[in-house]
Amino acid sequence: MTQSVVVQVGQCGNQVGCRFWDLALREHAHVNKKGVYDEALSSFFRNVDSRRTTIRVASQPLKRIFCYTQAVLVDMEEGVVNEILQGPLREVFDSTQLLTDVSGSGNNWAVGHLTYGSAYREQIVDKLRRAAEHCDCLQCFFLIHSMGGGTGSGLGTRVLSLLEEEFPDVCRIVTSIYPSAEDDVITSPYNSVLAMRELTEHADCVLPVDNQSLVDIVNKIKHMSQGGKPGSVIKRDSAIISGQGGLSGAEKPFDAMNNIVANLLLNITSSARFEGSLNMDLNEIAMNLVPFPRLHYLVPSLTPLYTLADVNVPTRRLDQMFSDAFSKDHQLIRADPKHSLYLACALMVRGNVQVSDLRRNIERLKPSLPFVSWSQEGWKTGLCSVPPVGHSHSLLALANNTCVKPTFIDLRDRFNKLYRKKAHLHHYLHVEGMEQSCFTDAMASLSSLIEEYHHLDATKGRLMPDAPRLTIAT
Amino acid sequence: MSVVTVQLGQCGNQVGQELFDIICSDAQEGQRKAYSESSRERFFHQSAQGDLVARAVLIDMEPKVINHSMTKAAMSGRWTYGHTSHFGQKQGSGNNWANGYCVHGPRHREAMEELVRREVERCDRLAGIMAMMSVAGGTGSGVGTYVTQCLRDIYPNSFILNHLTWPYGTGEVIVQNYNSVLTLAHLYRLSDAILVHENDTVHKICSQLLNIKHISFSDINRVIAHQLGSVLQPALTPDSHGVYSRNPLGELVSSLACHPEYKLLSVCTIPQMASASIAYSTFSWPGLLKHLRQMLISNTKMEEGIDWQVRPPSVHPAAAERTRSLKGPGFNTSLANLLILRGKDVYSTETDGFQDPALYTSWLSLKEAFNLWKSPVPFNKYEKSATLVSNSQALLRPLDNMVGKAWNMFASRAYVHQYTKFGISEEDFLEGFTSLEQVISSYGELG
Ligand SMILES: Nc1nc2c(ncn2[C@@H]2O[C@H](COP(=O)(O)OP(=O)(O)OP(=O)(O)O)[C@@H](O)[C@H]2O)c(=O)[nH]1
Ligand SMILES: Nc1nc2c(ncn2[C@@H]2O[C@H](COP(=O)(O)OP(=O)(O)OP(=O)(O)O)[C@@H](O)[C@H]2O)c(=O)[nH]1
Ligand SMILES: [Mg+2]
Ligand SMILES: [Mg+2]
Repeated sequence: MTQSVVVQVGQCGNQVGCRFWDLALREHAHVNKKGVYDEALSSFFRNVDSRRTTIRVASQPLKRIFCYTQAVLVDMEEGVVNEILQGPLREVFDSTQLLTDVSGSGNNWAVGHLTYGSAYREQIVDKLRRAAEHCDCLQCFFLIHSMGGGTGSGLGTRVLSLLEEEFPDVCRIVTSIYPSAEDDVITSPYNSVLAMRELTEHADCVLPVDNQSLVDIVNKIKHMSQGGKPGSVIKRDSAIISGQGGLSGAEKPFDAMNNIVANLLLNITSSARFEGSLNMDLNEIAMNLVPFPRLHYLVPSLTPLYTLADVNVPTRRLDQMFSDAFSKDHQLIRADPKHSLYLACALMVRGNVQVSDLRRNIERLKPSLPFVSWSQEGWKTGLCSVPPVGHSHSLLALANNTCVKPTFIDLRDRFNKLYRKKAHLHHYLHVEGMEQSCFTDAMASLSSLIEEYHHLDATKGRLMPDAPRLTIAT
Repeated sequence: MSVVTVQLGQCGNQVGQELFDIICSDAQEGQRKAYSESSRERFFHQSAQGDLVARAVLIDMEPKVINHSMTKAAMSGRWTYGHTSHFGQKQGSGNNWANGYCVHGPRHREAMEELVRREVERCDRLAGIMAMMSVAGGTGSGVGTYVTQCLRDIYPNSFILNHLTWPYGTGEVIVQNYNSVLTLAHLYRLSDAILVHENDTVHKICSQLLNIKHISFSDINRVIAHQLGSVLQPALTPDSHGVYSRNPLGELVSSLACHPEYKLLSVCTIPQMASASIAYSTFSWPGLLKHLRQMLISNTKMEEGIDWQVRPPSVHPAAAERTRSLKGPGFNTSLANLLILRGKDVYSTETDGFQDPALYTSWLSLKEAFNLWKSPVPFNKYEKSATLVSNSQALLRPLDNMVGKAWNMFASRAYVHQYTKFGISEEDFLEGFTSLEQVISSYGELG
């Protein structure tokens, strides 16, 4: 079994990370009825005391936990991390995993990336190495951060390049929370564009998640669970935004949104943790979904989100789950993959689903989905036998699709609006090491990325002739 | 003589487990002592405690599948895998042939060779080695190729058969065509014969013949295992003089893979049906063989949906040289066929339909092109069953598709960086393409 380390940076990164840990514990407690430390648990948790191997069992929520998360928590202010340390999850973190400062990065990428990045470089590397030493086969780093603030976006992407330097062979999968257009951080377009360049150059895969999409999903689920037609009612505790059965009691503002992201992470790692008839290991994600190194943005969609999930599901519902994965309102960024071009698509299925269900649905959906000419069968599939808590099955789709382009164009426009007026620039240029060229280079990187997607888009619908085959002299 | 099986990667380990299971239960059911003993000797040895232990080595670069297969075998209560006959690692090859072939293979060479050597030394006499794997992933394909290469070096005179599972055409691994091309191009140089099952075909058998609604990999693997078992279980060959042939792999290879350009073997079996229906069905040999022959010439891998219009070309006795224009549309030309009949009344069965020169290329004599094995013991609950192993154009189209798709992808250089990272260059790809285009052209010229 391999291990992964989660690196959560900034407020958003830490809050999402904590939801992940809470739900991961809930999931393992649910599967692992005996409550012993097992192989599945070893991929994200390390055993603290080999004599005492108890994990929390759902029915006995207060039983002590004797394992630590494989996590590194970084924030340049104390609030969020302190809250975690006072909360019910405190027992799964030990103080050597934490790194905090007091003042925050003030929504300034440059402060996070350069000032704190240089000041804390050694300490960060040290924490990462320590986390790595606890693993006997480290496979993947999961970085969680927001794009809009200063710490997550600035220091988070600094951590990313440190990971590349220190652990070049370990896969780096980044979950990036993109700001909505109404985001209250005025400088978020700067921070996001500056961070984008780092993501494009140093990540193996990026899973972009858009706060606006999360808000929309949460609202829709809440709306449906309050009233609505009988039969379409969502049971609150099995909804994907629910944290019930977890350790944390009262829900905080972002929790419902963050639970969705946590579920994304649970599903993406499920095959690495549990058995299945078609395993999909973490190193298969980049291998299958990234045809060219820079084009590694994978649009996630989760299903079921809105359907009643805990009834015994007939085939039609199962098929609906597959259809939904391609619809607009199940994407975690605002995008329409069906009307854009697929470079590759992964279907990661959990629960009681067989190959025949996969084949049937791929055959059914394929005609309506445009794939790039050189990969008309760009499907990657995985079957994991353990479903999420409260569900009989679930599906995570990861699409390498040109539908990310509008999000990037939108970001570029918002950046330009500020940059044309030189608004707030001086806050950045004051920071040691920060120059105007950082802005122009980041912009150039984003523009060329958009251009690359654009070129691919242009091939859509055009009949591309097959490459002439090699001829054999006979 | 005994066969040592090497199971590689998820697919190899899952299919292999089903194969041993069927072989073991079939040998137990057969009333004939000689048959059982011969089968046992081939595929199992006895532990000190008297348990049947598969002559198999399990190799994967991750632990989950091996654990699962070993547990399943132990739970059968009939046989087990050797407690120390497996080699697992922690992290799979990530669907990357280059990672398997260039990194994992060389890194673990000694350990893997040692396991096989131990298994070989346990055999009184080695009939050959069978390596089982998929071609689409990274471990079965890449490590499997590497291990085959090592075994070829250690056992230059032994028969090596590769059993390959080809992926669904519509894909489960996006780089499956690259991995397949690299695997096949290498194995073509190393292996004595390459026996292929296509997942699409087997899936269809499950749904249309066995009427399974929710088809799992286990269902698919049982069909593959049934077909393979009916090839590998003991049978009487023309020159075995009434005793079960001792060298299944050697006989198989020498009947079918007579030329280094032609090593691709396909299998079909008749009848196949839901086990509940077997008891209520009766079959006649002429009926079974008539269907099987039409399945061969029309290249249909199951008895449903056979195109009865396809006819062999008429052979003019005067003109030994047959030409394309004489060949009917959709006709599948064979280089060589091996027909295996098992069950009731096999000795009195007519097999003339397969000894028709029109079925074969002109450059082999019928005696070389057609072989027949028989066993009076019914196989795996079927009172009568016939299996045809064929070296024909049957795999030409899927191979051509595979190479074509890989070539299209290669033309845009998509995913190539994932391979160069581990030391496979664009030239290596080109070499692979070149040698498979050669194979395609050779099979194309058969007809
Ligand atoms: N989905 C989600 N978004 C969050 C959360 N917390 C903050 N955000 C978003 O993240 C962006 C702000 O970044 P933060 O993560 O708060 O900032 P930070 O990384 O702590 O950086 P500084 O506070 O500048 O040091 C805004 O777009 C917020 O909407 C959260 O818990 N969940
Ligand atoms: N028939 C059949 N095919 C399988 C089975 N398991 C996997 N496959 C096929 O095998 C291919 C994937 O290769 P795997 O065998 O899973 O890969 P692997 O050899 O373990 O290599 P890595 O996982 O990449 O290290 C796909 O084409 C699957 O359809 C199985 O049990 N039966
Ligand atoms: Mg903050
Ligand atoms: Mg595998």
